[in-house]
Amino acid sequence: MTATLPATETPAILGPAWDADAPAPDGYVKFVIDGQDVVAPKGEMVIRTCERMGIEITRFCDHPLLEPIAACRQCLVEMEMGGRMMPKPQPACAVAVADGLVVHTQRTSAVAARAQWANVEFILTNHPLDCPMCDKGGECPLQNQDLAHGPGESRFKEAKRTFVKPIAISTEILLDRDRCILCYRCTRFSEEIAGDPFIDMLGRGVRQQVGTGPEVPFQSYFSGNTIQICPVGALTSTAYRFRSRAFDLKSAPTICELCSAGCELRTDHRSGKILRRYAGENGDVNEEWNCDKGRFAFRYVTGDDRLRTPLVRGTDGSLAPASWTDAMTAAAAGLARAKAAGGVGVLAGGRLTVTDAYAYGKFARVALGTNDVDFRARAHSAEELDFLARRVVGVSPKTGGVTYRGLEAAKHVLLVALEPEEECPIVFLRLRKAARRHGTQITAVAPYASYGLHKMGGVLIPAAPGAENAAVAALAGADDPAGLRTDGAVILVGERAAEVPGLLTAVGELADATGARLAWVPRRAGERGALDAGATPTLLPGGRAVTDAAARAQVENAWGTAIPETPGRDTAGILAAAAAGELGGLLIGGVELDDLPDPAAARRAVENAGFVVSLELRRSEVTDLADVVFPVAAAPEKAGAYLDWEGRVRPFNTALKWAGGLDDGRVLDTLGVEMDVDLYTQTPKSATEDLARLGAYEIPRTRTASYPPTTATPAAADGALTLASWRLLLDGSRAEDGEPHLAGTRRPESVRLSPATAERLGLADGTLVTLTGTAGSVTLPLVVTDMVDGVVWAPGRVAGTSLAAQTGARAGDGVTVAAAPPDAVAAVDPDVVASEAEGRLGSLVTGMGGSK
Amino acid sequence: MSILDPLKGFGVTFGTMFRGVVTEDYPVNPAPVAPRYRMRHRLNRHPDGLEKCIGCELCAWACPADAIYVEGGNNTPDARYSPGERYAKDYQINYLRCIGCGMCVEACPTRSLTMINEYELADDDRQRLIYTKEQLLSPLLPGMEQPPHPPRLGTEKDYYVKGPELLKEYNDARRAAGDKIPQPPPLPPLGVATGQSADRVLRSTSRGEDAS
Ligand code: SF4
Ligand code: SF4
Ligand code: SF4
Ligand code: SF4
Ligand code: FES
Repeated sequence: MTATLPATETPAILGPAWDADAPAPDGYVKFVIDGQDVVAPKGEMVIRTCERMGIEITRFCDHPLLEPIAACRQCLVEMEMGGRMMPKPQPACAVAVADGLVVHTQRTSAVAARAQWANVEFILTNHPLDCPMCDKGGECPLQNQDLAHGPGESRFKEAKRTFVKPIAISTEILLDRDRCILCYRCTRFSEEIAGDPFIDMLGRGVRQQVGTGPEVPFQSYFSGNTIQICPVGALTSTAYRFRSRAFDLKSAPTICELCSAGCELRTDHRSGKILRRYAGENGDVNEEWNCDKGRFAFRYVTGDDRLRTPLVRGTDGSLAPASWTDAMTAAAAGLARAKAAGGVGVLAGGRLTVTDAYAYGKFARVALGTNDVDFRARAHSAEELDFLARRVVGVSPKTGGVTYRGLEAAKHVLLVALEPEEECPIVFLRLRKAARRHGTQITAVAPYASYGLHKMGGVLIPAAPGAENAAVAALAGADDPAGLRTDGAVILVGERAAEVPGLLTAVGELADATGARLAWVPRRAGERGALDAGATPTLLPGGRAVTDAAARAQVENAWGTAIPETPGRDTAGILAAAAAGELGGLLIGGVELDDLPDPAAARRAVENAGFVVSLELRRSEVTDLADVVFPVAAAPEKAGAYLDWEGRVRPFNTALKWAGGLDDGRVLDTLGVEMDVDLYTQTPKSATEDLARLGAYEIPRTRTASYPPTTATPAAADGALTLASWRLLLDGSRAEDGEPHLAGTRRPESVRLSPATAERLGLADGTLVTLTGTAGSVTLPLVVTDMVDGVVWAPGRVAGTSLAAQTGARAGDGVTVAAAPPDAVAAVDPDVVASEAEGRLGSLVTGMGGSK
Repeated sequence: MSILDPLKGFGVTFGTMFRGVVTEDYPVNPAPVAPRYRMRHRLNRHPDGLEKCIGCELCAWACPADAIYVEGGNNTPDARYSPGERYAKDYQINYLRCIGCGMCVEACPTRSLTMINEYELADDDRQRLIYTKEQLLSPLLPGMEQPPHPPRLGTEKDYYVKGPELLKEYNDARRAAGDKIPQPPPLPPLGVATGQSADRVLRSTSRGEDAS
């Protein structure tokens, strides 16, 4: 008899036509499971083949994305090889398929059934009767498999071994050691996938336990995944502990709104509140993992500072709640006046869904008659827009763009101005997998080899800020040091490349010269979508250039309005014009002024702008300065789609159905009606249809301007150091508000100098130093790092506030570093030392004390 | 039909006047129910006043009518409501839904949830029929202390493992110290209707009690 396998990634080689007597094709083996002939790819574990045949084998330690370890002995089956029965049952998760193997699972072998049954009982001997208070209760593989396949009752009457419980292995992750069944999933994940082997098995025999090293917490950006894969309730999160039961939760699949990785997530909510988020499964994107930010940073959605009603600035000069009708009237009248008085600039922000961004771009053109619209709330340049128009917009997996799978298959990957672990964590996980499994060589152009690069076994091409151009240009040489001329090589360039004039051009030329594939990885979830949806000063939706008459006409036809033919101002231009009084007003989406390269100038611009309309989730600096504020829906409260860095559409539906917020597209649509124009963006669906009405368009990948790569390093003033800086994944951004346990897992903030530079300045490792820019200084501990001389590195946010706002310095600027005055203390974010975490856990754990 | 039939009919009416009353004089004089009849729920306490409920939600899970809402919380060293780590931060039973089946009582792993024989669960306000934790918790009997407070009956672990023995030791110690150990008031004799609401509270505290 021949088995027919369900469709999987394995080529369909079994089917009605397959001849049971024929040998297995190349790369496959033929063997027997429960009397059925099966064909499976070489190297596959027996348990996987059984799975595909629909035979359920109990298991705890086995995980398809982790290496086999056979620790729990739960998957025992009988095996015959060469006609001889193996003396003992074998673990199906750790025996690879082989020609001539005969497997008897619990369905056909009483020995296997008995072995599995007995193993459950054995595992339960020391398992506490914690189910009523254990967070896993109700969704626990141990509970389920015991009830389904085990004795259900224990004969073990003696006292069980107990441990102090729980211990906090980080402020976010709690470990109940007596519940642990020693399956090694968490330790294998940390070592194999995340590369943060801060937890391991300690001790032996009955005292064996998972633990951390002394004073070294489980400080990993991916630690939350261990909770999800732990087959019992041994690992739980401080945030979710005791808050709910599986059956209380409503689950909604969703897409993470916190970075451009586009992770598939599952939002579990109860009574209108999100209680937890789990990683969803998507082999093309995040596999089964996500980062702790996406997992734990959701409290902002129900924060106290959420805006619930529109606000209008009254004649007394203060903002007061108003009805939607009044606010719409006030906003429309104000915008019309501002339009007449010099025009309105639109800052859309980088966190929008595709359709919301489309609404901003369309509103600017149709209602405000301007191309002054930009989504970039960070360092940017005209060169960047040109680069995006030529090489990024419109690219997607469908058009042959770089994908996650492409990264995994690449032999060589070059990273420029990108720190994947901090800026797009799932790219990091893929690259690490590629390096570990397939030996992908990763090269990074950066001032120092970060921890993330170490974990990917990468090679550093040291370059000071501003000197990256030369370093990148040198890679085009015939000796091909970064292997970019090999098949499938990929260059990943981050959004920070816009900070260095000429770098994006140099990267583009490198790709052209070597034939390597190129992808742009922004940080924020909405940037790629906003680019493609036309929330930019030079591009209309679909990559149509404003200056291209034919393309413009296509959009003008569909929208029924004339579009100015000159490109608009970018973010910096809009802010400068507003500050100078050239613009009559501003329309601002989700923009934090501190995120902008010059927060002080941005603040002045918003203050100076005649009339400001703000669409925001929560109270912010912008809403405080605005004349009319509209509350908008947070990502879990609306539907829409993001484009991840690949350009892949990541659609999602409303998770919190009854929250009732209006998305930006809807607000702008209504505001449009008030101003006598129709946007057709009242729902994501209608906006998508409106976008589709623009028709097909072939993006010409031509250069519109030339930006010669500058090779000169900006000369730092005497004694000054060049500042290198980027944002860390967890750095007290507003999305992380309200989650103190997550704040406790932030990486320690520090300033980095090379040994030579530190020596020149007379600074010792570990001492407090003060970094001073034009507008102020910050004090942090010094970590002497093997890095480029004459450069100082500091995180993009220090103690929860932007470095640029505190010091006036941004990457590439000259700053001074000196020993901190004796009475100085390191900058500490008040959010980090979580009173609750400390109160509850402080007595159990030593050496935790937050990250600073 | 006979001419005497109307008289016969009135005869029945007349005759009934001399028989006993079969209807209940409710609500003026409610009849007692069988002593083991169970309806309204009660969340019991340990003898020191700590709540027995650990907020596990098993009762809510078992309930076929989805009448119970529980939200767990963390006991902290400063605020302890129940022994162990977990307690019920919120606990509500919706008597518009409850069918009195008792599955919840069966599911409760700590004997926290029991039912008492109070049955007067009618109201003209739907909101009032959602009973809160305060309404459901057993009143503090003499010797009990309003949580939060630390466990008074030995360490958490001993208390879990040997609760009844510890209670005996505790009571013996108190007796030895000359304390009077309060006994629950006796049940009202069967067949005697009490009728007043003050008595109703008494009744409800005196039956279905599970104070140990
Ligand atoms: S803590 Fe969980 S995942 Fe880790 S070894 Fe124990 S049972 Fe396995
Ligand atoms: S990697 Fe990015 S998209 Fe994925 S969970 Fe983390 S923040 Fe969200
Ligand atoms: S008695 Fe039955 S219906 Fe009422 S709360 Fe308990 S389980 Fe639910
Ligand atoms: S009453 Fe019992 S079953 Fe219900 S939550 Fe409390 S301890 Fe659990
Ligand atoms: S699942 Fe095979 S030994 Fe654990």
